[in-house]
Amino acid sequence: MSFLPYAVAAWLFGVGLWGVVSSRHMVRTIISLAVVQSATYVLLLAIGYRSGGQAPIAADIPPVAKLVDPTVQVLVLTDVVIEATVSALLLALVIQAHKRFGSVDPSDLRPLRD
Amino acid sequence: MVPHVTALPVVVPFITAAVLVILRPLSRRWVNDAVSIAGVTTVIVLCAILLERSARRPFAYWMGGFKPVHDVTIGISLSLDPLGAGLALFSAVLVLASLAYSAHYFDAVDGLFHALMLLFGAAMVGFSLTGDLFNLIVFFELMGAAAYALTGYLIEERAPIQGAINFAITNSIAGYAMFIGVALLYARTGALNMAQIGLALDRHGADPLVVVAMVLLFIGFLTKAAAVPVHFWLADAHAVAPVPVCVLFSGVMIELGVYAVARLYWVIFAGPMHPHMAALRAILVAVGVVTALLGALMCFQQRHIKRLLAFSSIAHIGVFICGIGLLSARALAGVAVYVVGQGLTKGALFMTTGVLLHRFKTVDEYELHGRGREIPVVGVLLAIGGLMLAALPPFTLFAGKSLLEDSAASAGYGWLIVVFVIASVATGAAILRVTGRVFLGCGPADAPGAGQARAARVTEEEMQDRPDHTPPMMVVVPVLLLVLTVAVALIPGAVPAVEEAAARFTDHAAYARWVLAGQAVHWPAVAPSHISAADVLYSAGSVLGAVVLAAFGLFGRPLRRRVPAAIGVPWLRALHTLRDLHSGHIGDYIAWWTAGTSLLGAICLLTLA
Amino acid sequence: MSRRARLTLFAIAGPGLAAVLIIGFRGLPAFGDYHDVYGLVVNGVELSMRHATDYVTALNFDVRAFDTLGEEYILFASVLGVTLLLRVMRGEDEEYRAAEHGMSGSSDAVRLAALLLIPSLIALGVYLVIHGALTPGGGFQGGIVLAAAPAAILIAGRYLELKVLCPTRAIEAAEGIGALGYCLLGLGGLIFASVYFKNFLPAGNPGQLLSAGFMPLNSIAVGLEVMGAFLIVWTAFLDQALLVRRRTGEAT
Repeated sequence: MSFLPYAVAAWLFGVGLWGVVSSRHMVRTIISLAVVQSATYVLLLAIGYRSGGQAPIAADIPPVAKLVDPTVQVLVLTDVVIEATVSALLLALVIQAHKRFGSVDPSDLRPLRD
Repeated sequence: MVPHVTALPVVVPFITAAVLVILRPLSRRWVNDAVSIAGVTTVIVLCAILLERSARRPFAYWMGGFKPVHDVTIGISLSLDPLGAGLALFSAVLVLASLAYSAHYFDAVDGLFHALMLLFGAAMVGFSLTGDLFNLIVFFELMGAAAYALTGYLIEERAPIQGAINFAITNSIAGYAMFIGVALLYARTGALNMAQIGLALDRHGADPLVVVAMVLLFIGFLTKAAAVPVHFWLADAHAVAPVPVCVLFSGVMIELGVYAVARLYWVIFAGPMHPHMAALRAILVAVGVVTALLGALMCFQQRHIKRLLAFSSIAHIGVFICGIGLLSARALAGVAVYVVGQGLTKGALFMTTGVLLHRFKTVDEYELHGRGREIPVVGVLLAIGGLMLAALPPFTLFAGKSLLEDSAASAGYGWLIVVFVIASVATGAAILRVTGRVFLGCGPADAPGAGQARAARVTEEEMQDRPDHTPPMMVVVPVLLLVLTVAVALIPGAVPAVEEAAARFTDHAAYARWVLAGQAVHWPAVAPSHISAADVLYSAGSVLGAVVLAAFGLFGRPLRRRVPAAIGVPWLRALHTLRDLHSGHIGDYIAWWTAGTSLLGAICLLTLA
Repeated sequence: MSRRARLTLFAIAGPGLAAVLIIGFRGLPAFGDYHDVYGLVVNGVELSMRHATDYVTALNFDVRAFDTLGEEYILFASVLGVTLLLRVMRGEDEEYRAAEHGMSGSSDAVRLAALLLIPSLIALGVYLVIHGALTPGGGFQGGIVLAAAPAAILIAGRYLELKVLCPTRAIEAAEGIGALGYCLLGLGGLIFASVYFKNFLPAGNPGQLLSAGFMPLNSIAVGLEVMGAFLIVWTAFLDQALLVRRRTGEAT
């Protein structure tokens, strides 16, 4: 049972990659990328959790000895910002792709065949 | 003692880019050019100061003043040793060259180009200087974000959009793999500082978690470095990105991936992997050999000049991976010197291709047949670049290559010299063949593969000037880069200094001492290696081989017709399959990425855990 | 590669990758058993040293401020990229008549709801930003809430008014000022406390607004930048959907 969050992280990583590989629509590809990223969130937050621990703040709530790890939360915050920004860039590219190619199916994007 | 300006090489471009964006409504082209060039020049001066200081005594700069206590730290450090500082300096120099090359004539969309280039440069400098693992990944992602936007720059064409999408998705997934690697190491050691992680892993030793973390981190950086089989994005991105951007991609961005693999090995994994060094060496060398051979093969097949240069970069990356894979100080020194030479030469080659693109609106070798006769100076530059890639002695690429050959022989991998020669010959020959066809009108003017020709034509303008007049900067800057390539190895004491820097880089035990405890470490002097007659022989052979192969490419059609069908047909079919794999479809690329990662993971778990 | 070849390759490689990951994860400490040094040190230290009570924000803006600098500039670079990639090209035009057609009239109830939302969102956003070092929140979170306030105008069906109220150049300047401000605070550390990003303002009393050194200022700079960034991205995308048309008058 205590391995479940880690297994979920591995599963999300695999399923997201499957989405990218098998997708026929660029927006679905980008959402699948977000799924892959969420595997890292689950893994990081699961690593930092302490059973019976409280949120790492010291105001407004009675102080308690056991606090969960704030560092992984900072790492996840950084990851979230990175993912949001890269998705914005990719979606902008998809809009332009739709205008240029008339389609958002990866198989229809032809020009870079060797 | 520790210079106060240490953080500034990263901060100055950030500030400059922000100022450029704030002033965008009022911006003028010459102001943007001047401000960005001034900013990058400041970075170059600062990096030179840091290089000099770190060569005397490597040091760590702790952000926010959070110094380590009893070898435990929570702050972020910039850990400056001469190789890292030198790489930062090299990145800044190439950024300056690109900005100078594109000054005034490149369509800069109101300063957006300048701001993105500055951020790209800041990321590369930060990447080379940082001593914190998560910080390394943050700068990796910043490099990526700026690079994706710069790749898709010419939005009116179709190909840049596809190239940018493939680039962005592949590198993002690589980044996610690295996050998992960092998470695993953090869970094991509770540290994010590379020296502290290395110290903690020394105590624990290798087990499957450490091996998997290493695989994920390595594959992430090898994706950035475009190793096989995660290299597909590179040719796409190079074919479509504007020329000043390609200069940076091939010149330094992909080499930073190789640097990161070396840094992570020597700081973090050298301890636990020590008993398995031979196996790890074999694995890395195998990756390098496959990359070098595939790059060489594909390079010679291309008629799209920018794609040709991209595959030649892949071939050289293969050589670099072999070099760091040998896991020795001298090989690392060879790679460092070779990187500088290759980066400068490749930058010059891309810039001269840019002149062709500007003037003739195409980069297809056959469509340009004979047309280069009106600009012979560019032809000379291209030929010199080709000879440099073939490791013409006694210049920089030759110096690096001879160090690599020596260390390969002494590590028992003498057969690697054949691979190095093949890479030099194929990449040099491809450029010489292009020079012959475009500037001398040699060889036939037509060939099968019209699809490639279509892809090589452009309709959107990168430059804003009349095509019959080549702006002088577009020729002056590549000349300067080639002069640097000639000069760097000839500066007395330059190559021995790199060998000393490499010895410091590979000293795993000392790293934690000078980063965490700030101790001055006394290193014994490194005996500089000498160039042997064998090295000159190999390089002369490479140059000769390149000329012969180029001639074969130009005039060899009647010979090729005489090859018996029993050999010719399967060879052509294999080649065709290989080229088909480079399909441009992102699903293919990610399937190969998954295959490569799981294969590397399986092999490492079986041999190293 | 054909679709079937691609999927077959992944059908073999994917489970292999998952297996590699699981083997690695088995070395992790059991879930809930975090006992490592980094978090313990931060939890112990931040209250006494900087008088900050929200440790996540304290890490973000003080201990690991350099990471946040890089992260902030990733956002900055991506917004520049979006502006670059969605720029109006030759052969396209921004047509305002098309926009008015695109947004059909909304009901009075929706407009009233949006009107009530706007000051609430602004107040919440400002609260989150300046109390970053005290309670959960901070520049990033507050910045997004602040960006949502003008977006409420969009919900009310008034896109063109949004463009007038928040002109792109002003928002870009705000974003740039936020990014610049964060760098300059670091420089303040360099000038006044001789180390970049050293917290050079007095720590004050824990729990009060003016405490934790320069963390509230960092928070404000980041909040400004994030607000500007997301507004630019949303308006760029909405421009493409509602305004930008090919010059012949057809929709792209």
